[in-house]
Amino acid sequence: MSAGEIRVAIHVDQDIVLARQKARVLATELGFSAVDATFVATAVSELARNILAYAGDGEIILRAVQRSIRKGIEVVASDEGPGIPDIRQALRDGFSTSGSLGLGLPGVRRLMDEFEITSQIDQGTKVTVKKWRQ
Amino acid sequence: MEVPILKQGEVLIATFQAALSDADLESLRRGLLQQVVRFRSRGVIVDVTAMDVMDSFASRTLREIAHMIRLRGAETVIVGIQPEVAFAMVQLGMTLEGVATALDLEEGLAYLMEKFKNID
Repeated sequence: MSAGEIRVAIHVDQDIVLARQKARVLATELGFSAVDATFVATAVSELARNILAYAGDGEIILRAVQRSIRKGIEVVASDEGPGIPDIRQALRDGFSTSGSLGLGLPGVRRLMDEFEITSQIDQGTKVTVKKWRQ
Repeated sequence: MEVPILKQGEVLIATFQAALSDADLESLRRGLLQQVVRFRSRGVIVDVTAMDVMDSFASRTLREIAHMIRLRGAETVIVGIQPEVAFAMVQLGMTLEGVATALDLEEGLAYLMEKFKNID
């Protein structure tokens, strides 16, 4: 099977809806349960929202991944925004600088199995998350 | 995307669709409050059965709708949160604290009728 790679540009709020719909379709194609597909779609919604709120625009990439016999989904959310000055603080519940969200990143981390973040001031932020099929 | 708001006696019923953007949610919040004022409604039911994702923005908007409507002296009930959506909301850390919820439209209506009875 070739689920390939899906790229969704995030510029306006409708793109958040588009990104999470595509994430759900891919997760369902890969055989994820309804709960896990919802987890992935919700995480993508939050990541897309972060891009819009903090950077203004960016991109979400969705792809099927495999590790030995395990199938999974990888989501890469990247932007060229201002970057996150203190990542540790951004990963704490209740932290928000945009005034609109406070639970984005820690919540995404709980929804997914693997979580990785890199951020550089004035260069941008890249969040890579994975979820494995049960 | 327009969210249909149905008036049934003293109650307004808003039915959410699956693919609501942030702008849709904001216009719904405005629309609902205007209608509550216009019809002097005493109760609002927000039916989210069709929503397959409830992220931080949607949860917060629902909470704000309920709180605004309470300030108008009316009650809000959220009905139809799907089990997997509820699970994801908890993982995400979103709560609907202080907001009444019910299984479906029927139970939501029953909840409001009970409330009205106690007040009358």
